[in-house]
Amino acid sequence: MIVQLTVNGEDRHAEVAGWESLLWVLREQLGLTGTKGACEQGECGSCSVILDGEVVCSCLVMAADADGADVTTVEGLGTPEDLHPVQEAFVAEGAVQCGYCTPGLVVAAAHLLETNRRPEPDQIREALSGNLCRCTGYGAVLRAIEAAREAM
Amino acid sequence: MEYVRPKALGEALDALAAFDDPTPLAGGTDLMVEVNLNHRRPDVVVSLRSLDELRRWDDTWIGAGVTFARLEGADDPALAQLARTVGSPQIRAAATLGGNLGTASPAADSLPFLAAADAHVVLKSTAGERRLRWDEFFVGPKQTVRRPDELIVGVELPSRPERQAFAKVGVRQAMVISMVSCCVLRDPSGPTRVALGSVGPTVLRATDAEEVASQAARLTDTDLDEFQRRVSAEVRPITDHRSTAEYRRHAAGVVARRALERCLR
Ligand SMILES: Cc1cc2nc3c(=O)[nH]c(=O)nc-3n(C[C@H](O)[C@H](O)[C@H](O)COP(=O)(O)OP(=O)(O)OC[C@H]3O[C@@H](n4cnc5c(N)ncnc54)[C@H](O)[C@@H]3O)c2cc1C
Ligand code: FES
Ligand code: FES
Repeated sequence: MIVQLTVNGEDRHAEVAGWESLLWVLREQLGLTGTKGACEQGECGSCSVILDGEVVCSCLVMAADADGADVTTVEGLGTPEDLHPVQEAFVAEGAVQCGYCTPGLVVAAAHLLETNRRPEPDQIREALSGNLCRCTGYGAVLRAIEAAREAM
Repeated sequence: MEYVRPKALGEALDALAAFDDPTPLAGGTDLMVEVNLNHRRPDVVVSLRSLDELRRWDDTWIGAGVTFARLEGADDPALAQLARTVGSPQIRAAATLGGNLGTASPAADSLPFLAAADAHVVLKSTAGERRLRWDEFFVGPKQTVRRPDELIVGVELPSRPERQAFAKVGVRQAMVISMVSCCVLRDPSGPTRVALGSVGPTVLRATDAEEVASQAARLTDTDLDEFQRRVSAEVRPITDHRSTAEYRRHAAGVVARRALERCLR
């Protein structure tokens, strides 16, 4: 079947057999490899995208079920020339090591700051509890998001 | 794979009746894990995404399509507490109550609340409606009496006391499947209901323990000790990759007592 989506403001479509995930469609069909896949079991959050206004794990969204949906991926948040404040803060704070978890964290953090302009440290931690990082630890990530909160 | 997305409840029931082995799809947080692991390959998927009827929620009714993200804002303290412990924000945004009941894992976190509240599960099909008490609906680990042509439309909640607590034991704060979960509902004058998850083939009520707790408005330390002892004696845990039966038995008594103590404050 053909799945029609709005991805980062553009109309896109993809051909799927059925069970594929939205993650697979984004990466393999639409070439949007910013969104990462790791566990494909909803545990790590590296595949986080904003689907119809909510952050979800794209590995757990059946592509067919995303037909007609509005999706924002990390590519839709900022460009290399014009970074999103969260991306800028991640660079400035050195909140990235291997970078694998980074797109998911950036998407979750950007959505948090969109829906809650002044999150408390506890709320930031809670909002990121579905995103795992195996490298940096979370100190620099939390500092980056607090910096982005002040910048936005 | 055949994929259908009915626009209304009646249409969904027709679809479930028309196909041989249809698989309802709600948030996908259980189903897609199995699909990604190649454990399940549904031939026919009936998506519930467009069914607004399933998202209705008031004091006596929770629609199957209500997500845990919404339930975090529940007026029932135990319901809000349990919703907050489910998975992560990403999981709660998608995961529904109906999916929790559909999977019927012994560790499903909504079950202790529903069992303590004596909730009824309402099923619909083109053949009619069935209204089953929680203990008629869950019959074993991941086993319910739902027929393939039936849809869980929601749960009916009888009136329940305001003193409520939910507690769960796991290895960390977020994204953790319960090793023991417990819900206590208590009327200030005494009557108390205690349900536990992950310590038996299905969620269970600790009725001997309820008896001790229900006897008085004020409970002594001896009563609480006896309550804890009875909970540990009544649960039927197994050893698996998450924990041992011994630990679960001990932890069940401890969390149930803590939940009860929270209701007494
Ligand atoms: C990382 C992660 C963490 C998790 N943490 C928790 C946790 O802490 N606590 C917990 O309880 N669960 C947890 N879960 C499990 C899961 O999120 C829940 O069981 C959730 O409620 C499932 O709902 P869903 O809408 O996603 O269901 P789906 O995956 O869409 O469906 C689940 C099953 O129910 C059936 N179904 C769905 N809706 C209906 C309906 N209305 N009528 C009939 N059948 C139906 C489906 O066919 C399927 O078999 C976790 C899952 C993941 C991936
Ligand atoms: S790849 Fe989706 S949560 Fe890990
Ligand atoms: S930077 Fe490597 S996983 Fe987070």
